[in-house]
Amino acid sequence: MQPKPLALKVLDILSILLLGVSAYLALVFAPTEVVMGDVQRVFYFHIGTAWTALLGFILAAVFSVVYLVRKDLKWDRLQVAAVEVSLVFFFITIVLGSIWARPAWNTWWTWDPRLTTAAITELIYIAYFMLRQGIDDPERRARFGAVYALVGGISAPITFFAIRLFRTIHPVVIGGSNVNAEGDFSMTADMRLAFFFALFTFTVIFIDLFWNRIRLGDLQEKVEQLKLKVSM
Amino acid sequence: MLFQETTPDTSGYMIAGYAIAFIVMALYVISLILRSRNLNQDMATLKDVESSAVQIHAPSPSRTGKKPPKSATKKGRKK
Repeated sequence: MQPKPLALKVLDILSILLLGVSAYLALVFAPTEVVMGDVQRVFYFHIGTAWTALLGFILAAVFSVVYLVRKDLKWDRLQVAAVEVSLVFFFITIVLGSIWARPAWNTWWTWDPRLTTAAITELIYIAYFMLRQGIDDPERRARFGAVYALVGGISAPITFFAIRLFRTIHPVVIGGSNVNAEGDFSMTADMRLAFFFALFTFTVIFIDLFWNRIRLGDLQEKVEQLKLKVSM
Repeated sequence: MLFQETTPDTSGYMIAGYAIAFIVMALYVISLILRSRNLNQDMATLKDVESSAVQIHAPSPSRTGKKPPKSATKKGRKK
């Protein structure tokens, strides 16, 4: 494997530092919300991971289109990297949301439109990897994966707009309000700082993990080619 | 939480949430490192196999048009 570029090494270290600062801002710097208490602090990482995950799913759909047009496997590797990192982040989003819901809604899970669309999105992308595992031919796997990721990409905006389109108890903290929401709150200036810093942090971490995953995909490709060469 | 007078102690949920978030991220990073290490090992093994295959299938001197060197024992027998 080629040695890690200096920029990626710097990004690795920066990601760790930013994660530490973001955790400090969320856990110590931001004031405690009066009604919900400390559990409200999971909101910063919940939104941070959700934002990057949904962005990653949309990116994967864009890479799918580019692959289908150009038929270059490089775009397939980018798509896989975007989906994999987003899947991990979205899992964290769902778990944090569930933990917040227990004291706020008095339940770990409810089939609210936002929670349902989020669960469906996560399952769609788990199935994406299962589909890929079942196809041996790389070209065919890439083509099927691209079409699937393109269609699956629709679930990302649906999940995002679910709380704005449907009657739901999920709070709308950014860009609007929800009269039916339970556990709604308004942010103070310090909360806003912790929030935007978390968004920035998770964007940087996403880029870092995405880059590392692309390199892993490239290495996988080289090993596959060498296997073919040796077996002939 | 209606008509509550004091802020509830929900720090346990917060700790659980952050612990899970950090553990999941750490596990993913570890999985990336392990997969990368395994692929590098595969790569090294395959390169070894490839180089040994090249040595086995290397053209013999008779095919290249050169005469094979006579062995000392044959030479001795002729004499």
